[in-house]
Amino acid sequence: MSTEGVTITKTGEQGAFGGELLTVNFGPHHPSTHGVLRLIVDLDGEQVRRVKPVIGYLHTGIEKQMEALRWQQGVVVTDRHDYLSPPINNLAYALAVERLMGVDVPPRAQALRVIMSELTRLSSHLVWMGTSGLELGAMSMLMYCFRERDTILDMNEEISGFRMHTSYIRPGGVMADATPRFLEMLDAFIGAMPGHIDEYENLLTMNPIWRSRTIGIGRLSPEDAKVLGASGPMIRGSGIPWDLRKAMPYSGYENYEFEVATSDDCDCYGRYLVRIKEMREAVKILRQALDRLPDGPVNVDDRKMLPPPREELETSMEAVIHHFKLFTEGYSVPPGDVYVAVESGRGENGCYVVSDGTHKPRRVKFRSASFVNLQALERMALNHMVADMVAIIGTADAVLGDVDR
Amino acid sequence: MNHIYNDPIGHWVVVTVAIALLLFVVLTATAYTVWFERVALGRIQRRPGPNRVGPFGLMQLAADGIKLAFKESFVPAETDKLLFVIAPAIAVAAAFLSWAVIPIGLWYNVQYWIADVNIGILLIFAFSSLNVYAIVIGGYASNNKYSLLGGLRSAAQLISYEMALGLSLVPTFMIVGSLRLRDIVEYTVHWGWYNGPIPLILLTPIGFVIYLMAAVAETNRAPFDLPEAEQELIGGFLTEYSGLKFVMYYLAEYVNMITVSALAALLFFGGWYLWVIPPVLAFFIKIVLFLFLYIWLRGTFPRLRYDMLMRLGWKVLLPLAIANVIVTGVILVATQG
Repeated sequence: MSTEGVTITKTGEQGAFGGELLTVNFGPHHPSTHGVLRLIVDLDGEQVRRVKPVIGYLHTGIEKQMEALRWQQGVVVTDRHDYLSPPINNLAYALAVERLMGVDVPPRAQALRVIMSELTRLSSHLVWMGTSGLELGAMSMLMYCFRERDTILDMNEEISGFRMHTSYIRPGGVMADATPRFLEMLDAFIGAMPGHIDEYENLLTMNPIWRSRTIGIGRLSPEDAKVLGASGPMIRGSGIPWDLRKAMPYSGYENYEFEVATSDDCDCYGRYLVRIKEMREAVKILRQALDRLPDGPVNVDDRKMLPPPREELETSMEAVIHHFKLFTEGYSVPPGDVYVAVESGRGENGCYVVSDGTHKPRRVKFRSASFVNLQALERMALNHMVADMVAIIGTADAVLGDVDR
Repeated sequence: MNHIYNDPIGHWVVVTVAIALLLFVVLTATAYTVWFERVALGRIQRRPGPNRVGPFGLMQLAADGIKLAFKESFVPAETDKLLFVIAPAIAVAAAFLSWAVIPIGLWYNVQYWIADVNIGILLIFAFSSLNVYAIVIGGYASNNKYSLLGGLRSAAQLISYEMALGLSLVPTFMIVGSLRLRDIVEYTVHWGWYNGPIPLILLTPIGFVIYLMAAVAETNRAPFDLPEAEQELIGGFLTEYSGLKFVMYYLAEYVNMITVSALAALLFFGGWYLWVIPPVLAFFIKIVLFLFLYIWLRGTFPRLRYDMLMRLGWKVLLPLAIANVIVTGVILVATQG
């Protein structure tokens, strides 16, 4: 019984306690592997001696699909690889296309992009916290976190018409201007969220069981974190203040005041603290963005890139031509290649785009944080118990759609 | 009514009727415990819980039971079929047997029991120890690594906590001087002007705390639900079970929950005595409060890790229980001579 490259029979190796190592197939349909991650785990008693991730169970061919889609259609697919942070995926792709085209989006669009990014970061961290709580047995966390996530999804629906796969951020700007109701909802949300974060902290931060389950578990030293290419809360949880929003600001992040959350604990608890802090910082950024939301257009004024407004179609022949060209052929992007990275809830979410000057990309490649962070799994899980490995998988916060793409 | 128990023929009639009645009552109570847990847990997690089948979702359990009963009786390949089937039967039998010695106060001065043995509490421990066999055999017979790990965890957990559980009750016996549950409930004190039954928790508060923790571990409930830790071991020893065999394990778990709640009420909270409230109602209220405590714990706490659980059992609860026994003994000797 073996798959190519992966042995799942008994190893016959001796463990430290005199017994034989037990090879357990963990997943792909296991309740706590965040989807379809499969791990081949060698257990010595209950201690983990070897972890071999097997990926590819959620391969969707998104990168390949994008080669067959016109530039503006590709956005819809980007929503779906890291399905917990669609607007941030949109943003990486949109920034890449815009850099190739050499356009800059107006300030209001930039602010709306920041708002959507931070809302997404919040909702992604909320899912992380809910599922991590559930994995360690604190089952109520899931429901509490999803309460706030639902508010965020309501806002997504209000601004884009879609709850999850918003496709709101597009090359050239955003889909539509924010509605007054959206701004009201956002204001109420910003007011309520800090209290909700306090609630989560009340349940977990000082809870002795939670602390004993996370402190000292899954240590990842700063050196290892760098070598393994970890990013996002994984590297910040090891004490390295690496945040692309600060290090390589995009979309006007340099104009907002926020702290980069770090923790020197280097363990699951540290990464938990980092994510809690990031949620608080995200609320701060949202407040600043909402208060200073500039007026003006939300799209570049380029008829070759974005369709003309509906009214113009009735009076202008040129507008009809543009409309027709955009919805049949699409626009072409100058030849070249570009790599743009944005900070998603999971870390560096990069998008590498190659254009050969036609109306479709030659190649699109996503550098997904989940995939790279997963490399650190074995380093973190070795010599821990099975129960700790579950906590560690949770703290790596891998989205399998993002890993396999 | 109690004199019927002394009549040789009347005794057998009463016992037969009592067994039938008890099976019915405990089964129904179990069903509604499940309903209560789902609703209470739902409210803790701000969701409604079952509310579709029947009024307030009260028929949900009947629907679930019928669904599970009609499922295919599936046995995985290459398992020991006999053991696989026997294991859940042991679980359910052990769970119900405990109720043979648990007395219930029905009305003022009217009590009900099946067997009024003078070692009642020992029998309950004996029956609840059988539960380990059900889980270990089930885990072994499933031919599944997760089941095996769950079964092994469970064996270690139940055996360790069995000791703390037993020792936590010893001070109670020492004070009362009897292992008969009825005597423990009827235990009266003569403190100055007060003559009457008291909740024994006043005399053995530490014993109660140990009992509470050990009882949660003993029934495999959160935060000590390691044998079936869903997020680690999928379902633990339950992984391969489905249909009626699953129902039997499930039933046993909830019957055990009610048993330890009833025991807590009997041993520490004066059983069916609660001011002027009718005994059967008082007993009911006390059990429901304990069940709610279980559900509350489940809704609030993360799960402990296996080694922490063992450390808690052996290094904290067991020494504490032994110390409790010794201190109680010293005090008893000092005060009563």
